[in-house]
Amino acid sequence: MQGKRNYNLILGAAITAVMLSLILSGLIRTPHDPNKINAGNSLSAPSAQYLLGTDNFGRDILSRVIIGAGSTLYVAAATVAIGALAGMLIGGLTGYFGGWVDELFMRAGDIILAFPSILLALVLISLIGPGRNNIIIALGIMFIPSFARVVRGEYVRCRELDYVHSARIIGTGNMRIMFVHILPNAAPVILRAIAIGFNNAVLAEASMSYLGLGVQPPDASLGRMLSESQSYLFSAPWYALSAGIAIVLLILGFSLLGEGIGARDNA
Amino acid sequence: MLEIKDLKVSFTDDWGGEAVDGASLRMNAGERLGLVGESGSGKTMLALTVAGLIPRSRTEVTGEILFEGADLLKRKPKELRSLQGKDIGMIFQEPMTSLNPLMRIGKQIEEALKLHTGLCAQRRREKALEVMELVELPEPELTYAKYPHQLSGGQRQRAMIASAFITDPKLLIADEPTTALDVTVQGQIIKLLKRLNENRGVGILFISHDLSVIRKLCTRVAVMHAGKIVEQGNTEDVFTNPQHEYTKRLIAAIPTREKRSR
Repeated sequence: MQGKRNYNLILGAAITAVMLSLILSGLIRTPHDPNKINAGNSLSAPSAQYLLGTDNFGRDILSRVIIGAGSTLYVAAATVAIGALAGMLIGGLTGYFGGWVDELFMRAGDIILAFPSILLALVLISLIGPGRNNIIIALGIMFIPSFARVVRGEYVRCRELDYVHSARIIGTGNMRIMFVHILPNAAPVILRAIAIGFNNAVLAEASMSYLGLGVQPPDASLGRMLSESQSYLFSAPWYALSAGIAIVLLILGFSLLGEGIGARDNA
Repeated sequence: MLEIKDLKVSFTDDWGGEAVDGASLRMNAGERLGLVGESGSGKTMLALTVAGLIPRSRTEVTGEILFEGADLLKRKPKELRSLQGKDIGMIFQEPMTSLNPLMRIGKQIEEALKLHTGLCAQRRREKALEVMELVELPEPELTYAKYPHQLSGGQRQRAMIASAFITDPKLLIADEPTTALDVTVQGQIIKLLKRLNENRGVGILFISHDLSVIRKLCTRVAVMHAGKIVEQGNTEDVFTNPQHEYTKRLIAAIPTREKRSR
């Protein structure tokens, strides 16, 4: 690549790197105990001791943002992993073989996509109960059809290409064609789908925990922090802002990264 | 070696239609047979059917394709695959798309060995370098590790021929392999095919709509029109003394110097 610099890629990588290092360092140590209640010091403004201030229970907001972002990231990553793996399998099989199996899975996918995904996730959650792992399962299932569709499209495109024909004529088995010959060629599209899916997953996780269905208190979660901070929007605006900006940065970093990678591939 | 009897291929999906409509064809071992016909005459479908590449779910095939005495259409898909992989090779028109863009040239050439023989990586590499030498790819050692986009069109077609040739097939189906190449490279590829045929005894079924290319390469020629083989015979006989009305028109359509100057 020459000339224009890929600012999307640089900025996205920078934001993501900062967020990831904060989250990773949070696994080892946070500035304060994120769950330690200090009633005498509730809703204090940002200061040298509490960089982002404290919440209504006197807990350090920075520590809670770090832990909450980590938990959001974990849920989003696991959700996308479920969606992408199952989607790749289903999309690959249906796109490559076609026929009635293709129809069956794609129409089933249509049914899932026909409902607003949050609504369907809510139904699932009410069946299996709230909690972090259940959120992952519910959201993961929601994400399968869109991945399956993207992957299917790529397989439909690739299966009639001459190099797939040549592979077939020298006697390559279907599985080997699907995963050794076609999959690497579908990778750029799948990676972009993952970047987009990841952002949607971050948002979906935040909405679920905003509704109180995700991570259960007292553990921190960005969505829950947003909903708790609502009541103090005017007395302690830094509370809502910290949680909100953390979500924005998480999404912005990944979507810039995704676009940057896309632009680089097309260059 | 190859005998096609009353082959019919029709699509069973919404569009329907018969692509091959009762074609019969004979090909002897080690022969260079040209198959000519206009676009849509069914020559590619015929080739794909012999190669076993048409989707069975969407097509109906009747008739017989005898390859060394056994009917390919009656075989189970699994048997067919191993047979085709070893004894029948195929090269395609578009050297841009017929190689996997993300696989190294050498690995693609070796692929058939990996599937059909128990050779170790070292031996496979040696064999691949051998055939690369045979098809005159420059600097085999270096080219082995290259990706398709690093090769020219002619080199890619040579790489395709190498990958079809590594199992020493008895029949090589070439579906318009020179159409996408410029004339000088065309000539080189034709020379290469001729040499492979003479030195290795591989039979070549050469499909093209380009009569001059067919005339240069093939000893016998079959003319296909509307899904049927309308005429077949020795190349010179067919060109100098065409029997069928369609063949006459086809040959009359070849541009010559006199016609061009008009």
